[in-house]
Amino acid sequence: MIAETIAASPLDAPMLIRLLVILVSAALTDNILLTRFLGMCPFLSISRQIKSAFGMGLAVIFVTTCTVFINWLLYAYVLLPLEPYGVPAESLKLILFIVVVAAFVQLMEMLIERISLKLYYALGIFLPLITVNCAILGASLFMTTNVTGKGFGGLDCLVYGFGAGAGWFIAIMLMAGVRSRIREESVPEALRGPGITLIVAGIMAMAFVIFQGMIKL
Amino acid sequence: MVLADIQPFAPWLVVLIATGLSCALAAALAFLLVVAERYLVNYGACTVDINDGGRTLEIPGGESLLNTLRNEGIFIPSACGGRGTCSYCKLKVLEGGGPLLPTEEPLLAPADVADNVRISCQIKVRNDLKIEIPEELFAIREFRGVVERIRDLTHDIKELRIRLIEPDAIDFAAGQYIQLRAPAYGDNPDAVYRAYSMSSSPDDHGYIETIIRLVPGGICTGWVFEHLAEGDEVLLNGPYGDFRLSDTNNDMVWIAGGSGMSPFWAMVRYMKAHGIERNTKYFFGAVSAKDMYFLDELAALEKELPWFEFIPALSAPADKDNWTGEVGLITEVVDRHTPADNPALEGYLCGSAGMIDASCKVLAAKGLGEDRIFYDKFN
Repeated sequence: MIAETIAASPLDAPMLIRLLVILVSAALTDNILLTRFLGMCPFLSISRQIKSAFGMGLAVIFVTTCTVFINWLLYAYVLLPLEPYGVPAESLKLILFIVVVAAFVQLMEMLIERISLKLYYALGIFLPLITVNCAILGASLFMTTNVTGKGFGGLDCLVYGFGAGAGWFIAIMLMAGVRSRIREESVPEALRGPGITLIVAGIMAMAFVIFQGMIKL
Repeated sequence: MVLADIQPFAPWLVVLIATGLSCALAAALAFLLVVAERYLVNYGACTVDINDGGRTLEIPGGESLLNTLRNEGIFIPSACGGRGTCSYCKLKVLEGGGPLLPTEEPLLAPADVADNVRISCQIKVRNDLKIEIPEELFAIREFRGVVERIRDLTHDIKELRIRLIEPDAIDFAAGQYIQLRAPAYGDNPDAVYRAYSMSSSPDDHGYIETIIRLVPGGICTGWVFEHLAEGDEVLLNGPYGDFRLSDTNNDMVWIAGGSGMSPFWAMVRYMKAHGIERNTKYFFGAVSAKDMYFLDELAALEKELPWFEFIPALSAPADKDNWTGEVGLITEVVDRHTPADNPALEGYLCGSAGMIDASCKVLAAKGLGEDRIFYDKFN
């Protein structure tokens, strides 16, 4: 019964299943890094060490979850109600979202540093690096198409934001793991560093793209 | 609510709402950040101990170590502006730096890490620190001094003697320069800094002397010639520059013109004081006798020091000069007096760009490679 419902339209399923579907699709089948190639810069530079990749990934999960939700509030309660009056929500959202993301990240950095130095060393120091990470802005922008096109509510957006961040986390952890192995292999001179990393990213992306057909929202 | 009931706003109102919304949001967030910065990023007073008591800073915490030092007038090189990518701002943090950050790890070699080297733009001053800075960076300071003597050397060259007040002593190598600050005056609305080589002996720690030639229309030299008086206070910073004697025992040829005398006047007296005996020929070029100075002093040194030879040259002596020395362009005189293919010869040049370029050609023709020619070019 449930399986049939999901097959028909996964978003019509009961609440928990609906959220699970949103989570899995955001994290895996619609992975923001490997199927849309957003947030590549830190993905390539921070994936050299597993420890740094872990901290960076956590920071991205945290920031994406929070900023997608804040931006949903802004979008659903300010921009969309104004749209019928001719105020262009689609043009404004880019400007407003980036301001919110930048301010939120700075605020969080200060807050985390004050609350716990341990947490700051593990996660906080990556925050300045992701102020302008396009994956985070991207998640907020995809959120708006989900709201208008698929009727996402606040809870859906929260889960979607977490899923998008988790997808980025999974991708950078996988890459850090692969790179720690590659370091011990003899890679042709010309491909060392960014070259082999981009090839690996491409192969990983192909694997993720295959999952895309599994869930159609 | 029926959609047809909604009348779109007039375009000007839409623009106003859109702009207002963006500005209001940005202003609100900026305000939030300012408040947060005020209350969250406040670490009270911290003490930074530099080079084991060499200097102690009492500063408010909260900023990066790089910025904190810059605010105190200690300039650490940084190319990326504190973004943690160039790794130029390395320095040793002995105590209080906290654990090595993941943002530093990729920039530091294992030997650096073992040596307590850190990336100073990534370290925040949030407690007392003990750090070590290379002496040559640490030595660059801002000085306050008082002009003790202004002496006319020629009709357009003056010598300035400045007594240092705060700090009251300077360490430098003969040949280095300082930057003198000319305050806003007359038609010049902004203060400017201009570089001048020090002519005083490095052993004379409490004073700086420099030789300044009037540049027509020059802001700083105009100020020195027309406004500066004995007893005035001046600001300067330094020492800068790697124009200095090499560590070898090679023979030297010095070439200068105009106020290019400055570094050599410091060097010859430094060498005399420290018993450095390197065969040195000093060529000094001027147009006519009214542009010459320090002739008697240098002739006396030449007599006293067997290794030192002073060769002044005039390119166009006036009839009344009764000049018995060398005549001709400085390049011609150097050419006549310098033997070719001396493998142990170094060239030191100080003066205008034109003179230096021409002299470099002469020295190159004598077999001096670029690695044995050092110069301080006036631009």
